[in-house]
Amino acid sequence: MKQFIGFVKKEFFHIFRDRRSLFILFGMPIVQILLFGFAITNEINNVDVAILDHSNDETTNEITQKIAASNYFSIQKINSEQEIEKAFQKGVIKAVIIFEPNFGANLIKTKRANLQIVTDATEPNTANTIVSYTNAIIFKYLSLINLDKKIPYAINTKSRMVYNPELKGVFMFVPGVMTIILMLVSAMMTSISITKEKETGTMEILLVSPIKPFQVIVGKVIPYIFLSIINATVIVLLSVYVFKMPVEGSLILLAFESILFIITSLALGILISTLSATQQTAMMISLMGLMLPTILLSGFIFPITSMPVPLQVISNVIPAKWFVIIIKGIMLKGVTIMTIWKETAILIGMTLFFLLVSIKKYKIRLE
Amino acid sequence: MENKYVIEVEDLTKKFGDFVAVNHITFKVGKGEIFGFLGANGAGKTTAMKMLIGISKPTSGEATVVGLDVYTKTNAIKKNIGYMSQKFALYDDLTVKENINFFGGIYGLKRKEIKEKTEVLISELGLENVANSLVEDLPLGWKQKLSFSVALLHDPKIIFLDEPTGGVDPITRRQFWEMIYKTANEGTTVFVTTHYMDEAEYCDRVSIMVDGEIKALDTPSNLKQSFKVDSMNDVFLKLARG
Repeated sequence: MKQFIGFVKKEFFHIFRDRRSLFILFGMPIVQILLFGFAITNEINNVDVAILDHSNDETTNEITQKIAASNYFSIQKINSEQEIEKAFQKGVIKAVIIFEPNFGANLIKTKRANLQIVTDATEPNTANTIVSYTNAIIFKYLSLINLDKKIPYAINTKSRMVYNPELKGVFMFVPGVMTIILMLVSAMMTSISITKEKETGTMEILLVSPIKPFQVIVGKVIPYIFLSIINATVIVLLSVYVFKMPVEGSLILLAFESILFIITSLALGILISTLSATQQTAMMISLMGLMLPTILLSGFIFPITSMPVPLQVISNVIPAKWFVIIIKGIMLKGVTIMTIWKETAILIGMTLFFLLVSIKKYKIRLE
Repeated sequence: MENKYVIEVEDLTKKFGDFVAVNHITFKVGKGEIFGFLGANGAGKTTAMKMLIGISKPTSGEATVVGLDVYTKTNAIKKNIGYMSQKFALYDDLTVKENINFFGGIYGLKRKEIKEKTEVLISELGLENVANSLVEDLPLGWKQKLSFSVALLHDPKIIFLDEPTGGVDPITRRQFWEMIYKTANEGTTVFVTTHYMDEAEYCDRVSIMVDGEIKALDTPSNLKQSFKVDSMNDVFLKLARG
């Protein structure tokens, strides 16, 4: 036991004396969470929108005012069709709202008036959002002026966004970033630190010494479990206090599931280290084989249900997919273990599988 | 009853698939002997050594190290041997003292023992001024001497040295061999593989491996006599060329 403690201590020396690994360990989580939280967002805020008003009557002015009054858009007027193209190319506006001539008069006379929204779709998400926000504003205006009139039939859709009523993008990113960081720290850092021992020849010395191989592996992994738990805590604190993300479910369950995922990632890291002889290979495998699929296929940026079927199938073997479901469930929906026991079981199964394969590989190497 | 031999090997064989890396080798190494294990790259000397130090299982044959069977008693063997590889594997990002502490620790030495040994070792090697510097800042020769001393920290009965003097300057090599002699005089058996044929002359006995088999085994002077040459280098060339 004492030799084991000495081993873990040595591992901490390695970590704290290497600036690069220190940065990855503690700088990355904070930088990433802040980046994803503030910079990368699907919401729109003060988007520059031009109004081309061929009618310029009371109705169009009222609608323009409503649009301007929302926080989503900042309005500027333009006077001719020719200016549209120029403004788009310069990038000074993202959309143009065009009122047809006699807009107000048409609306009263024929009960029908036309308004066109032209958007710059080089950013499809923004374009979509602009269209739907504008539609919503106009629809609201319409129901306002219809208040005192009798309409034969009307269907009112009232939508309510549950779990994230303000549609905050950060609610979506926090679980994802947490997943990526735990994966990165646990899998990449451990696989690198184990292969480093192989590369420098110290692993051989350890194998010749009385310390048992599994003690070596566990000893290398323990510091990363600690550090990953600290990381997870920092991320949760940041998301709760900086981004006002709720934790609806049990904190204990959240902690338990996070530790489970940390162990899954560590198991993966150990597996990677048995497959690679050098630190560089380990890093490449971790980055290409783990990070990319984690980012792309875990469903944290791109919804899995809209992927082609083969990718949907592949996404099932990505541990991150299950963990994202789990933390979204706990943090946003407040679910209990009864709801996510299946995902939890899958993660446990994967962990055991990775460990078994690693042990097998490790033995072959020793033969 | 004290056995005269600390390593006894009989018909030891290691196959990787169809490839026979070590082919029925037989030899004995006595207590306090400096035993040179020579051979070209790929001749199988590292594989043979790995079986003796317990990190590779033999395919067939018998072998005991300090009287312990290499099939079943690898853990006990590990406590009784020291090992130093050609990579001078200390931790670069730990200080001299931390390295000593660490390796003393994994060999299960008591804290007090480690402390005493550290002091002796540091003063013997003249490392007082760098005891708290990182190992990566030491010159290669120092690292290697330190590495050797660390491998001896737990007073092993046998020390295995895998090409310990690769890439070191002649003066350091000489000093290194002085350390080896001193160790052997204190009763520790030294099992050393090397490329340098002049080093072979320093050994009490040498074995020369070619293609997995031991082709010659005797004292350097007997070998030179029986091959009718002046140096170990010539003995080796004669053997290697068949």
